Amino acid sequence: MSSEHKPVVAENISKTFGQVTALQNISFETERGEMFGVIGPDGAGKTTLFRILTTLLVQTSGSAFVDGYDVKGDFRKIRKIIGYMPGRFSLYGDLSVEENLNFFASIFKVNPKDNYYLIKDIFHQLEPFRNRKASALSGGMKQKLALSCALIHKPSVLFLDEPTTGVDPVSRREFWQMLDRLKAIGITIIVSTAYMDEALLCDRIALMKNGILLGVNSPAGMVASYNNRLLAVKGDDMHSILKVLRDIKVVKSAYSFGHEHHAAISPDFGGDAVEKISQELTARGLNDTLVKSIKPSVEDCYMELSAN
Amino acid sequence: MKETTHAIITENLTKKFGDFTAVDNISFDVKRGEIFGFLGANGAGKTTAMKMLCGLLKPTSGMGMVAGYDISKNSEKVKKSIGYMSQRFSLYQDLKVWENFRLFGGIYGLKDNEIASRTDEMLKNLGFYDERETLVQSLPAGWKQKLAFSVAILHKPSIVFLDEPTGGVDPAARRQFWELIYAAAESGITVFVTTHYMDEAEYCDRVSIMSEGKIAALDSPENLKQKFGCTTVEEVFHKLAGGVL
Repeated sequence: MSSEHKPVVAENISKTFGQVTALQNISFETERGEMFGVIGPDGAGKTTLFRILTTLLVQTSGSAFVDGYDVKGDFRKIRKIIGYMPGRFSLYGDLSVEENLNFFASIFKVNPKDNYYLIKDIFHQLEPFRNRKASALSGGMKQKLALSCALIHKPSVLFLDEPTTGVDPVSRREFWQMLDRLKAIGITIIVSTAYMDEALLCDRIALMKNGILLGVNSPAGMVASYNNRLLAVKGDDMHSILKVLRDIKVVKSAYSFGHEHHAAISPDFGGDAVEKISQELTARGLNDTLVKSIKPSVEDCYMELSAN
Repeated sequence: MKETTHAIITENLTKKFGDFTAVDNISFDVKRGEIFGFLGANGAGKTTAMKMLCGLLKPTSGMGMVAGYDISKNSEKVKKSIGYMSQRFSLYQDLKVWENFRLFGGIYGLKDNEIASRTDEMLKNLGFYDERETLVQSLPAGWKQKLAFSVAILHKPSIVFLDEPTGGVDPAARRQFWELIYAAAESGITVFVTTHYMDEAEYCDRVSIMSEGKIAALDSPENLKQKFGCTTVEEVFHKLAGGVL
C-alpha cells in the first residue's frame, strides 16, 4: 500500500451492457480516511461503479486506481487491500457466525485474533450467537457480521453497497458509529445509501443519476448551494395540504417530510413567502395551518437535484 | 360486531419456536381503511407476527381475525382476502408486465375479462400502459415496486400487507410509492405496512412499535410523540427499541 496515492481515483469510467449505458464518464478522487457517500435513484449505476472499483467488473473505457493499483492490471493486489460488502447478503448461510469470520480470515491468510480490535465493538454483539447459522440471524445482525467479515484483513479501502438497507434505526446508528471509528484509524470508506440521514454523516457525497455523476459536494456545501426558499407546513389535514401546496403557483415542489410538508418556493418570488402560502392555504379552506421558514436538509437537496 | 369495523383483531397472539418466544401475547386492532405502521427493531418479531396474520404460520396460542376470518381455523380464506408485497419477492422477472398481472389474477381466481379490464385500468392510472409488453427484468426498480403493489391489490383485497416495501429505495421514489399507498387507503383498502424509515411512520394513521416480541407502544404518531415527550417518531423508536444505547 502506498500512502502517496489517493485511495480511489476514477478517470472517465464508462460501462455499457449491450445497448445500455450504465456509467458515463465518471471521474472523482477520494482522500485517505474519507467517508465518501454515493447516492442516487435506482438504476443510477451505483452498484456498477462499486463492482468496477472492486475489480469484479471491467469498465468499457476510462481507468480507475485503488491505492495506486490499476483495477484492470493489478486486480489481484487490489483484492487483498479492499473490503467489500455487496448489497445482497453475501455470507455463507450454512456456516455459523464464527465459521464465517474464520473463513474470511483464512482466505486473506490472516489470524482473526490479529485484527480483532477492528471489529470487537460490533462483533461482541454477535458473541452470544457465535454458533448460530448466518442464515438465521436478524437483518441487523447479518449486516454486522458482513461488516466484520469485510474488515477482518484490515483493508485500506472499504466499499459498502447499501449496507443498512432493511436495518432498523437503532442498528443503523450503531453501524455508523462503527464506521466512524474505522475512519478515525484511517480506513477510507466508500458507501452508498438510500438514507439521507446517513449521507449527512459523510465527508463528501456523490450524487449519481442515469449513469452520470451530477456532482460531488460536502453535506454543508450541498445545503449551501440550495437556492430555493424552503417552508415547512403543518396542519390537520396533511393530505389536502399537500395537494393544495402543489397547486400554488410560486410553489416549485412540495413533498412530505415526516410530520410536515416541505414546500420549495422558487427564488424568483420576491414577496414574503410565509405570508403568501398561509394566505393561499386559507383561501382554499385550509385553516389552522402552521407555515414557517426552514433551512434545507440533505434530503431537500436530493429531492431538488433528482427532480431536475 | 367488531369484525365488521376492524380489518385485524388479535388477542394474546403468541408464537413460540422451541423455548424461544418470537411473538409474546400481542393484542391489537386495525380499523378498516386505516394505514397501520408496524415498526420494530430487527428480530423484534415483526415478520413472525406478519406471517401469522397472513395465514402462513399457525399461532402457538391466542387469537387473530383478519378480514373477518380466524387465522388459525380459516387460513386459506385469510390468504384469499389479503394482498401481500415485500421488497424481497415481488414480480416474475422473466414475464412481461401484463403476464404478471395475468398470473396473479389467475392465482386469486379472477375471471379472464376481469383481469384484462383491471390490468388496463391500473396500468393506465400508473401511466404505464405503453409498457405492458415489457419484460419486468428490464424495468427500473422503482417501477417494479409500483407494479408489485398494483399486482398485490389486483384482486381488490380488503387489506394489503406491505413488508418493507421501500427498503433501499431513494427518497424521491419512496414518496411516489407512498402516494400509491394513500390512494389505496382512500379507495377503502386497509394498509398494514412495515418500514425502517421513521419519516414514513409519520404518514401512518397509527403505528405500533414492537420490542422483544411484545408491542411496546401503539397510538397515532402525534399521541406517541406527546406521550414520550419526543418531537419525532424516530426519537420514540430509539427510546423504546434502543435498549443498549
